[in-house]
Amino acid sequence: MNAKAFILFLLLPVTSWAQGYAGLGSSAAGFDRPVTGYEFQFPRDHGPHPAYRIEWWYLTANLTGADGLEYGIQWTLFRSALKPFESDGWQSPQIWMGHAALTTPETHHFAERLSRGGIGQAGVTAQPFNAWIDEWKMQGDIADTLSLTANGQTFGYDLTLQAQGPLVFHGDAGYSVKSADGQASYYYSQPFYSVDGTLHLPDREVAVTGQGWLDREWSSQPLAEDQSGWDWFSLSFDSGDKLMAFRLRGARGDFTAATWISADGQTESLPDGTLILTPLETEHVAQRDVPVEWNVQLPDRGIDLDVAALNSEAWMGTRFEYWEGPITFTGSHTGRGYLEMTGY
Amino acid sequence: MLLSIDHVRKSYPGGRPVLNDVSLTLDQGQTLALTGESGSGKSTLLHLTAALDGFDAGEITLDGRPLSPLDDTGRSALRRDCLALIFQQFNLIPSLTVAQNLSIHARLANRSDPGWLTHLTERLGLTDLQDRYPESLSGGQQQRVAIGRAMAMRPKLLLADEPTGNLDETASAVVLDLMLSLVVDTGAALLLVTHSHEIAARLDRHAHLSGGQIV
Amino acid sequence: MTGPAIQALLSHWRTHPLQLVTLLTGIALATCLWSAVQAINAEARASYARASAQLATGQLDELRNPGGYITLEQYAELRLAGWQVAAVLEGPLRVGNRRVRLMGVDMLAYPALPAITEIEQGTSPPDPSEVLTAPGRLLMSPDLVHLFLSADRFPPVIESTALPPDLVLTDIGVAERLLNRSGQISRLVILPQQPRALPPLASIAPGLQRIAPSAQMDTAQLTDSFHLNLTAFGLLSFAVGLFIVHGTVGLAFAQRRGMIRTLRALGLPLRRLVWLILGELLSIALIGGLLGLALGYILAAALLPDVAATLRGLYGAPIDGQMSLRPQWIAAGLAMTLFGTLAASGHALWRLSRMPILAGPGLQAWGSQNSARLTGVIGLGLIAAGIVLSFSAKGLLAGFGLLAGLLTGAALTLPFLLSTILNLFARQARSPVSQWIWADMRAQLPGLSLALMALLLALATNIGVGTMVSSFRLTFTGWLDQRLTSELYVTAKDDAQAAQITAWLSPQVSAVLPIRSTELAHETGPLFLYGIIDDDTYRQHWPLIAQGPDVWNHVLQRGAVLINEQLARRADLWPGDTMTITPGHTLPIAGVYSDYGNPTGQAIVAMPMLEEITPGTATRRFGIRITPERASDLAQSLRDQFDLPPAAVVHQAAMKAQSLAIFEKTFVVTSALNVLTLGVAGFAILTSLLTLWTQRLPQVAPVWALGLTRAQLARFELVRSVLLAALTACLALPLGLVLAWVLLTVVNVQAFGWRLPMHLFPGDWLVLLLLTLLAAFLAASLPAWRLLRLPPAALLRVFADER
Repeated sequence: MNAKAFILFLLLPVTSWAQGYAGLGSSAAGFDRPVTGYEFQFPRDHGPHPAYRIEWWYLTANLTGADGLEYGIQWTLFRSALKPFESDGWQSPQIWMGHAALTTPETHHFAERLSRGGIGQAGVTAQPFNAWIDEWKMQGDIADTLSLTANGQTFGYDLTLQAQGPLVFHGDAGYSVKSADGQASYYYSQPFYSVDGTLHLPDREVAVTGQGWLDREWSSQPLAEDQSGWDWFSLSFDSGDKLMAFRLRGARGDFTAATWISADGQTESLPDGTLILTPLETEHVAQRDVPVEWNVQLPDRGIDLDVAALNSEAWMGTRFEYWEGPITFTGSHTGRGYLEMTGY
Repeated sequence: MLLSIDHVRKSYPGGRPVLNDVSLTLDQGQTLALTGESGSGKSTLLHLTAALDGFDAGEITLDGRPLSPLDDTGRSALRRDCLALIFQQFNLIPSLTVAQNLSIHARLANRSDPGWLTHLTERLGLTDLQDRYPESLSGGQQQRVAIGRAMAMRPKLLLADEPTGNLDETASAVVLDLMLSLVVDTGAALLLVTHSHEIAARLDRHAHLSGGQIV
Repeated sequence: MTGPAIQALLSHWRTHPLQLVTLLTGIALATCLWSAVQAINAEARASYARASAQLATGQLDELRNPGGYITLEQYAELRLAGWQVAAVLEGPLRVGNRRVRLMGVDMLAYPALPAITEIEQGTSPPDPSEVLTAPGRLLMSPDLVHLFLSADRFPPVIESTALPPDLVLTDIGVAERLLNRSGQISRLVILPQQPRALPPLASIAPGLQRIAPSAQMDTAQLTDSFHLNLTAFGLLSFAVGLFIVHGTVGLAFAQRRGMIRTLRALGLPLRRLVWLILGELLSIALIGGLLGLALGYILAAALLPDVAATLRGLYGAPIDGQMSLRPQWIAAGLAMTLFGTLAASGHALWRLSRMPILAGPGLQAWGSQNSARLTGVIGLGLIAAGIVLSFSAKGLLAGFGLLAGLLTGAALTLPFLLSTILNLFARQARSPVSQWIWADMRAQLPGLSLALMALLLALATNIGVGTMVSSFRLTFTGWLDQRLTSELYVTAKDDAQAAQITAWLSPQVSAVLPIRSTELAHETGPLFLYGIIDDDTYRQHWPLIAQGPDVWNHVLQRGAVLINEQLARRADLWPGDTMTITPGHTLPIAGVYSDYGNPTGQAIVAMPMLEEITPGTATRRFGIRITPERASDLAQSLRDQFDLPPAAVVHQAAMKAQSLAIFEKTFVVTSALNVLTLGVAGFAILTSLLTLWTQRLPQVAPVWALGLTRAQLARFELVRSVLLAALTACLALPLGLVLAWVLLTVVNVQAFGWRLPMHLFPGDWLVLLLLTLLAAFLAASLPAWRLLRLPPAALLRVFADER
């Protein structure tokens, strides 16, 4: 579930996690709620859903440079609604936030942008598809070719993404349950992008190729009140198969879910309890202990993976902080992917 | 020898010499009257002796110390500790009381002696005037204060410049008597400038200045 | 040795308490006026700095549209190109009777402000959705809250102590609605962190101008002239106060010469004596300085509310009337006092250290004809330097440089001028007595020079500043009559009510003149654009100072614009030129009108043109033309009919009174300092004459001996003093007029942006002359009376003392 940080208290420093990570656990009065049996319609559903409180367009990519080094990039556009509608001008209640990151084995760069809807500075259109905030852009066709660009003070990237497979839907045909109480979101992905383009590092330009994974998710209250954070994996096996797996950590116990995505795009949802996640090694990052090596098991499928971060310092020191970075794994299978951890 | 004036010359800028090769000596306890016409240089000689002014040539030695090498601080110390002055104009400090005026020289010289001061005050007849200011005193009274101020610090040498010049006859007599008796009592030497031969006659020695020279 | 010496030196003050009081007064006066001005300036500057910090202004580069406002599209374009900019929309907001500044910032992008932090950390922080979406929230300092609570058209209010007075902070979305300026942006703040690979600004926003913080017209710059004005006055008063110190110290030293000689004869070394006197002076300076600081603090606290009102009224400067005591102010004030006292006493002290123990009677006076000639030459040099400076330098500093050069230069040439004049008179004199009088006056001149210089400065300043203020008042009153022609002024609650009022009024009155304005950004600063309808009121009364042919028809029918004098002078635009109001509207200038109400630029176009330039500008204020007798009744029925608060309907007379009150407040400080300066100068003459008195006897004794009576001598004393004062006053008049001219045509233009016609007020000069003569008479009467009372013996003694 690429559940991400949201600015619900834009003007307030987060002083307590009691209400769930970044307010995602707070109530959703006036907003629509996801229901089972929703029929997705494209390209419409690639666009925003203002009546839902939160939504994101979340792209990560594992890349290999012409220099032989491994890289990872993140491009995310969050939408957070203060009120369940859109309007023109400054008083639009739709708030947009962009996060971009570029991770190398040695360094981690990130940047953040904020805007509101209604003034043209940020937004998403479904047809033609265009998601942007300031000069950051993801545009083209989700099902075919996307161009992707973002810049920070000292880094940036310009990439082209080519879809190599179908969209996949998590949970019950895109209805993804997030807690035992039934909190849920709409959640689909395009995990089959091939990527090429250029990374702009402070000291060099690098031509890269690799694979990308786009998550689309919207909801109004995806977390239960006791849930304080999560660990989320997107894994691409060298065989071509993929695995999306997450664990939501709650005071009343953890909630896990996963989607097995075979190389041809067939999916199987794995219910709560199937996935076993064990932190192996923690690292002191940004004044806290963050697990950067994991054991991931799906005993039913004979999967037993040792996952390690490419760069354990991949901390997003943004308004709401979290860890997000490229990983590699060995064990029963090998491959690469992305890991996101919040609430540490 | 307390005072030795040795071939002293003095002239003012643009003028003829006031003192022309003057020599004079004075011993401890001796009194000397210096007379001369107006402009004969007797006051000048007194001022030079008091280290109030410099001279062009020669030397003045006071209590063993030659004056010419001394700077203002040294001359001031000499005036403060060694000698006392009595002027024709009394030169009291108008904003100080009689008592304060009487004691000021002794106190500047750090030589206060309350018993001696009380004695002096009584002897000069100033006891009842102690809290008065100089401007309310007669000339004779003022000069008695000046004598008291001078004698209070027990000078080795008393220099007096026409001390009775501004006083009437009666007052003059009183002031002169007091001064001379105090000089005798304290054993001070006295160099007194006067134009009166009568007064000069009462002193041990007499020197007459004329044309810038002792004759 | 030190103890009795100090006792003797200090005993002088015990017998001359008045002298001590004079000296302390002189020091205290100098310190008081100077430090009061400094305190006011420091307080104001602290307010500006606080406001700057509170609003994060003056630190970052900004983008402005020289021709008007920035559009939302331009903003988005910059953002889409990567430029990190934060939008700000500012404008005046009228609440009841008060005008406050509304500052709308993009709360998502604008740098973190102290007020926001304060509110976040408060007990009940608002939900962001309340702040960012309608109706929004208004943040303001507590003293504004009541204004907004009683008005019902405003969003809810949040109190913050971290905001300047008279400023309301809100999100830009709320601001554009309240200011009725939807989609407009006043300026863009360029945020410190910018991404890589930015395209150049010129290619993204060619019409926008990037302005560095140093070039931004902030309050501190706007008010600089005002503070410089105050400082100049403070310095002048300080200088005049030091004349007193100089006079008194000179007198005290002269009177203590005997004592000092005696003390030295009794063996007090000169060096010790000089140190003791220096210590004595510094102690007195310290006491006087502390006294002056206390007075200065009180004076500043008393004047500050008026100053604050002026600054708010004239410049919209964020300043409140609260004084706080700053340690550095005390230190600076005392340092200035000690320095000033030493400077004023330096001459006397120097002479003391050179004084031989033995000196004949009769003292050399200060200076001589030769030195008068020398100072005269230096004075001419200073005048020339001032003139050169005013041509080569720019701005207010040049104006004040000219003033400083003129004043000090003229003061320095005074002794030479006076002595030359006296020489002329002496040559005309026939009788021996009159010859003696003229010669004696000339002999006295050096001793009186400084006091007369002080008098000259005080008189010239008085004439100059008085002429300026009176000219201004005359012009201003006339201007008010022209400008405020409507009998009633009405403010409606909203546009709808405004329309109702217009409809209701139209059949009853001669004319309803809508007052409609919008704030635009111009390269010279904010520009207020007004729209007018065709009415004789304007054609007949509007105060034009420059106009092209057929000015009103051009404005009302042919799309021309009228601009105010400030704007015309600042941008050097005059009839015949064109002016770009917004990028699409470059209009010919038909005329320039005087406008003494504010320092900002203003322009007037016909109402349809205003509607075209900024559509939908609110019209909530009206002027109503009606026969004056009916005004009161109509005002009452307006209030009843539309349930308007009393302040919403204002009579012309009340408006004028209010404007004049603001005007008077503007000059209350100036006038106060003016009067004090003159008083100080009179005092300086007195002390100088008293100083001279001690040297007077040897000079008058021979004349007395030659047969003049003491009564005659006393009368001559008076005549001499009065005559010298009169001569000085005569010389001060042209200097004062030059001063007034510089103030009106150089300083005012720089400070406020308008040039005022100079009016002459001979009646005022006459009063001033009489006052001066009276002061001189009084100052001389004490010495004269002493002379009259002098026993002949004292005069005789002069001869006895001669050796």
